[in-house]
Amino acid sequence: MGSLQLKSVRKSFGPVDVLKGIDLDVKDGEFVIFVGPSGCGKSTLLRIIAGLEDATSGNILIDGAEVSAVPPAKRGIAMVFQSYALYPHLSVKDNMGLGLKQAGTPKAQIEERTKKASAMLSLEKYLDRRPAELSGGQRQRVAIGRAIVREPKLFLFDEPLSNLDAALRVNTRLEIARLHRELKATMIYVTHDQVEAMTLADKIVVLDGGVIQQVGSPMELYNRPANLFVAGFIGSPAMNFIDAARLGRSDAATIGIRPEHMSLSREAGEWRGTIVHVEHLGADTIVYLDSEKTGLLTARLFGEHHYEADEIVYATPNSGQLHRFNANGEAIL
Amino acid sequence: MSKARASLSRTALVHAALIAYTLVAVFPVFLTIINSFKNRNAIFRNPMQLPTPSTFDLVGYQTVLGQGDFAVYFQNSLIVTVVSIALVLLFGAMAAFALSEYRFRGNTLMGLYLALGIMIPIRLGTVAILQGMVATGLVNTLTALILVYTAQGLPLAVFILSEFMRTVSDDLKNAGRIDGLSEYAIFFRLVLPLVRPAMATVAVFTMIPIWNDLWFPLILAPSEATKTVTLGSQIFIGQFVTNWNAVLAALSLAILPVLVLYLAFSRQLIRGITSGAVK
Ligand SMILES: Nc1ncnc2c1ncn2[C@@H]1O[C@H](COP(=O)(O)OP(=O)(O)OP(=O)(O)O)[C@@H](O)[C@H]1O
Ligand SMILES: [Mg+2]
Repeated sequence: MGSLQLKSVRKSFGPVDVLKGIDLDVKDGEFVIFVGPSGCGKSTLLRIIAGLEDATSGNILIDGAEVSAVPPAKRGIAMVFQSYALYPHLSVKDNMGLGLKQAGTPKAQIEERTKKASAMLSLEKYLDRRPAELSGGQRQRVAIGRAIVREPKLFLFDEPLSNLDAALRVNTRLEIARLHRELKATMIYVTHDQVEAMTLADKIVVLDGGVIQQVGSPMELYNRPANLFVAGFIGSPAMNFIDAARLGRSDAATIGIRPEHMSLSREAGEWRGTIVHVEHLGADTIVYLDSEKTGLLTARLFGEHHYEADEIVYATPNSGQLHRFNANGEAIL
Repeated sequence: MSKARASLSRTALVHAALIAYTLVAVFPVFLTIINSFKNRNAIFRNPMQLPTPSTFDLVGYQTVLGQGDFAVYFQNSLIVTVVSIALVLLFGAMAAFALSEYRFRGNTLMGLYLALGIMIPIRLGTVAILQGMVATGLVNTLTALILVYTAQGLPLAVFILSEFMRTVSDDLKNAGRIDGLSEYAIFFRLVLPLVRPAMATVAVFTMIPIWNDLWFPLILAPSEATKTVTLGSQIFIGQFVTNWNAVLAALSLAILPVLVLYLAFSRQLIRGITSGAVK
């Protein structure tokens, strides 16, 4: 109840190929997140799964049944949009109930499900208000509520938090995580915020240029990125890439080291460099340094450290945490 | 305007311009109305003077209302105008929705074709239209006028409405699709309420030329039973003598229904005209 398979799904808008053959397996109850840079086709893929857009070729199976010819309302999905997309002329209650009403659900049942969903999202006080009379966060919760009452096999979220401010984003993120635990439903979630991706996902799908770069759990992607793109995309600040030739190594084309996998010292170390800039974040200190050997490096130190710009320091990578990539950008394991 | 941005001289200037324009626009209407309440001599001797006890005269209105058929003319004008507006809005909105919502081959071309009517006056086709109406036996029917006016109003309606419909959020329509609304329900229940200001704008722009038109009633429906107000008033304008009292009274009366329709739309209209500008 709630699995999804994509088989070589392609999509072109005229001459532009947006998706170039997507294969994916989502198991029942999984929380899958699509990440990737802007314009890589995340929303398009989600809309194809929802049936709002036809794939140019390929198959989409929900619960093992081919749904390419099934209209969106009959696919057993529910979608939450970035812009909330609430019906402006309907009350919160009617916004949530419209889908069920269209499907001919008995009134009592609509009432009951609306009540349950609004309790889950603490929306009881606002049931009779119009969307215009709600704050952004409340609107987003109504949009989520509208998805919940449909009791779908598959939840689709398209950047649901990107219009919220930072504090609200954290709250709503926790709420979505809780909903996933309570409903045990399959969720597919698009974002380009990697914190959301790392914290929510059972499985992350990294998309770029219309193809899947890597699929895996957050820690797999962090510890074993399959290529340069994934290595640079996952993790913040981004991984340092160093031309292997400059280090005199011949076993790789590019060497990668995460900022948090380096140590700094004033006395001695592997790479000598000048500090360009220091950012004090309280829990972390981020040091940007310029080294003759490696070029610009970012180091992330835990806790407070009193480095200053123009100081000479030595950076040393933790052994065993170097990533090696060949000339095609693929990881050498 | 917020207090912080308003300077006295700027506000004064803006108001002076607006007042000047209002005077220019309202003056002919005002002149028509005051003169319709005066006797014939007073109209010519002192056209600018307000009716005084000695010059006050309702003879114009008596002539017009005594004419008997005037009620029919009014009714004809109203039927033609209201039905035409309704059809223009319905078909215009549907065409605009299709053009702005669906990707299909020839979409742009179709849009250009539908907008062509804005540039080419429909009167150029009068002879062909008359031939068509004769062939279908529609001469001297209100249907003929309604058909022509619907065709005349559609280009601008499609043009304005499709621009507005492009601004309706895709996500909203998609949410409707996921909730199982049919394309018709999405059109009527989600999109139309959101473009209501634009609809009012189109309604007003469509209404005035139809109500004032003399050309097509004269050519397509000049019979006594199908005359419109504008055409009906012409009987008072003779080649040698013109009954000015009656003409002015008829014109003053003809303003009334337009005014009522306008007021009905105006609240929406003002929002419609300014909605793009101040967001
Ligand atoms: N209707 C369309 N016609 C033509 N091209 C389109 C259409 N919709 C999307 N595209 C193109 O498809 C590509 C992918 O778009 P999509 O909206 O899926 O990106 P995205 O990954 O969701 O980006 P973002 O993170 O900015 O939301 C873009 O390059 C876009 O220009
Ligand atoms: Mg997107």
